[in-house]
Amino acid sequence: MGKYILKRALYIIPTYIVLTILVYVILSFSPGDPVLASLGANATQEQIAQKTAELGLDKPLPVRYLSYMSGFLQGDMGKSWISGNRISVEFSARIGNTLLLLLYSLILTIVLGTFMGVIAAVKQNSITDNVTMVIAMLMLSIPAFFLGLIMQLIFCMRLKMLPVTGAESFRHFILPSIVLAASRVAGQVRMTRSSMLDVIGQDYIRTARAKGASEVRVICYHALRNGLLPAITNIGNNIGGIVSGAVTVETIFAVPGIGSMLVNAVRTADIPGVMGPLIFIALLVCVVNVLIDLLYAFIDPRVRKQLSK
Amino acid sequence: MDEILKITDLYVRYHTDDAVVHAVNGVNMVIHKGEAMGLVGETGAGKSTTALSVLGILPAKVGQIEAGRIEYNGKDVSKMNKKELRAMRGKRISMIFQDPMTSLNPIITVGDQIMEMLTLHFKHLSHQEKEEKVDRILKLVGIPAERKNEYPFQFSGGMKQRVGIAIALICEPDLLIADEPTTALDVTIQAQILQLMKELKEELNTAMIMITHDLGIVAETCDSVSVMYAGEIVETGTVEDVFERKNNHPYTQGLFNCIPKLDAEEERLTPIEGFVVDPTHLPCGCKFHERCPYATERCEKELPGDYQRGTHKMKCFRYEQWGKETSGNE
Repeated sequence: MGKYILKRALYIIPTYIVLTILVYVILSFSPGDPVLASLGANATQEQIAQKTAELGLDKPLPVRYLSYMSGFLQGDMGKSWISGNRISVEFSARIGNTLLLLLYSLILTIVLGTFMGVIAAVKQNSITDNVTMVIAMLMLSIPAFFLGLIMQLIFCMRLKMLPVTGAESFRHFILPSIVLAASRVAGQVRMTRSSMLDVIGQDYIRTARAKGASEVRVICYHALRNGLLPAITNIGNNIGGIVSGAVTVETIFAVPGIGSMLVNAVRTADIPGVMGPLIFIALLVCVVNVLIDLLYAFIDPRVRKQLSK
Repeated sequence: MDEILKITDLYVRYHTDDAVVHAVNGVNMVIHKGEAMGLVGETGAGKSTTALSVLGILPAKVGQIEAGRIEYNGKDVSKMNKKELRAMRGKRISMIFQDPMTSLNPIITVGDQIMEMLTLHFKHLSHQEKEEKVDRILKLVGIPAERKNEYPFQFSGGMKQRVGIAIALICEPDLLIADEPTTALDVTIQAQILQLMKELKEELNTAMIMITHDLGIVAETCDSVSVMYAGEIVETGTVEDVFERKNNHPYTQGLFNCIPKLDAEEERLTPIEGFVVDPTHLPCGCKFHERCPYATERCEKELPGDYQRGTHKMKCFRYEQWGKETSGNE
């Protein structure tokens, strides 16, 4: 098992090399001039030349990439090409908000999504099941930005229950988390329902009933763990989507997180401003997926057996 | 002899989206203490449905008992509450399923799956006592006790069915329903499993319903036979009554003719003409008349009664001279 974790951790290295090169190269060729963006339109030729040299933009691309990465590996995220501020300062001020948003959404997805999925499957074709499935379909088809605006209109403007924007307290996070999680919860409900239905139809569930197990025991002890396996994989696949969804949601609710930081940096071709948050997000996705693989192995002995080989 | 299980006029239907399946149509059956009965018939004859009805585990909402009585030790099963039913399932009446590959939970160790029976039905036992009981039953079915921490995927088909038998027998039930327990296994393993079941049945004095389509298995393991066709029992008798082959229902004759005889001159088997009737559209009269070589006009219109001579019972006009059965009492 330890060997497996190490192997999965080592996989992150090539992923990272490819990821950073891709992002660096694409951004270097993208329109938008960071020198002009930081100096303004009235800069003299001399100023421009000086700034270009200062940012190292006169050197060839591979050299620029390597010098950035060597700095990064020593813990230096560099300075913003536009404002000249250290990226790490802005990053550490914002990362907390994004992590909270992701955490709340993930909890909603896992707890609410799985729970409603199981209920819908156990009460198949009941009113509960039908209502749940209709709401899930609705949440999947409404875009997050629209849902966000509607929710702001209802809960903030009309009912005045929750703050519109910001990230000062837990109350500020309620709407953004719900909006970010909505489509993920819906996906999780549908996934859990169908895999639970599949499991409930299996022969070993009939065996459990024939043993004299109560319905609660049949579902919780025999069906749930089997039914959750595909649903867990679904969470792993979703984590990247949740992170990119955070960019939209942070913008709608003006949450000062790394999503909005990333959007600004991309707009001005501020490579250090993009690379920092991106590397972090990629790390998050990789780590969560490793955790999910381990969880999978923990639940399913067949996977565990394969891993220990 | 004491009657353990008595089924009277059982009708079971499956309500699917497009049709109503008439799976069991008026089955009568009595199992005595320690008796082994073979329930024989083709796929779709309603054998498994009858078994599932006894345990009350027909597919929810789809399968329904329309009419009839199932009595366990003189007690009407349909009048039992959920708790009584659960206490009966597994502990008093247990079941071995057809496909050992799919009937064990893939992510629970075999030891835990066997021990669950004790957790459900013998709550007063300590963990230590349960472990000991599990070890003992594993030994009894021929699995080394140290393998109890392994998972079903680490077992072969035959070994899995041994686990299924261990689960079914650990509570020493009064009645064991074996639903084609060897169909999914290869022939050498089949013989081992049947031998094992026979030994355990005698040791524990358990009554048994052996559901199968193989008359050979019945001859080897059972005391009495019921032959099922299209949800009806067409012939019942002791193994001697039926295997004597003097008086048989035409359908049973057909089943016998499907068994290859090594000493016979002709090389071809004689299959039963036609196909099993469609249980969504059952024919009038005798359900077998379309395939019966002796069918008369009367068979198409009138449903034959149960005609009885001694222990031998027949649902066919050819045995009308035997006389109507005497209201179920022997």
